[in-house]
Amino acid sequence: MLPTPDLSHLTSQDYRNVYEPSEDTFLLLDSLEEDQEYIKQLKPKICLEIGSGSGCVITFLGQIVGKNSVYITTDINPEAAKITQKTGKQNNIKIDAINTDLVNGILPRLENSIDIICFNPPYVITESSDINSSLIAASWAGGIKGREVTDRVLPYIPKLLAPGGSFYLLLIQDNKPQEIVEIMESYNLKYQLIKKRKAGIEQQFVLKFTKPL
Amino acid sequence: MRLITHNMLQCHVKGCTKDNFPLKLEEIEIEELEAEFNADFIKSMLNRLDWKALAQTTFSLGIAQLPEEMPEELSDEMLEQLHHILLEIDITSGRMVCQGCNHVYPIRNGIPNMLLTESEV
Repeated sequence: MLPTPDLSHLTSQDYRNVYEPSEDTFLLLDSLEEDQEYIKQLKPKICLEIGSGSGCVITFLGQIVGKNSVYITTDINPEAAKITQKTGKQNNIKIDAINTDLVNGILPRLENSIDIICFNPPYVITESSDINSSLIAASWAGGIKGREVTDRVLPYIPKLLAPGGSFYLLLIQDNKPQEIVEIMESYNLKYQLIKKRKAGIEQQFVLKFTKPL
Repeated sequence: MRLITHNMLQCHVKGCTKDNFPLKLEEIEIEELEAEFNADFIKSMLNRLDWKALAQTTFSLGIAQLPEEMPEELSDEMLEQLHHILLEIDITSGRMVCQGCNHVYPIRNGIPNMLLTESEV
């Protein structure tokens, strides 16, 4: 078993501003671990985490892939960008964090360029007005169906992925994963369910979508 | 932000479609990093780079004088130089200016801020 990234540098003050790794985060880590042989044989050159929060997921991916890749992250929350960079440093993974909304500022330059993309979106059903109502709300408030932010990201994924590259997405049942599968298949991406787990009343899933070679 | 990442960022102000890449680095502070050299990794990154933008940026910073077009064969010396340029130069503060619309993207604590105000999106 791979160790969970060291987050001992983060304080309760930090968790006022960024999402504290929870069941959903760990399901995503477990999924990457389970898929690690596939990930390694891809020999990823550029990995991206959208909305990196504490930086736990991209750091874990870095532990799987190793030094020969570039790790970039985005987060709309400047505190999250700072903390992501620190988490990388703490675990000896060089991360280039970008303070931006979703994937703004990397397209069209990075079309067909990214081997692995991870996204643990704000998936909780809320009022639309709750999205980005505060730094920390941006990490969980998902608006209608908990899907408003995720749905904005989906069309960029087939553009960003390198041929053969994969996108790992965490969802809950309320987000209607089947609808997302249909959307992604309409972009010609191949779907695979990596993991599902019940956390309290929440049924969580990690889906993988792969761009054909 | 390392220069490899700078090579991936472009202006995304609504309607800005000309001269929006590369962003011009100004008033920057640099910290030198040490990264393990791996020739194969540098070679495998070449097709993900925008060579012209890299040559332009390193020239304007006075860091290197790369050929305008990517050479077909890269010498070991050139690979080491690219390694240093891409992975060992960390920009800790400064700004990136779009040559098309003059939008300024600040860099603080090594993190580029690509956020726009609502009217610019």
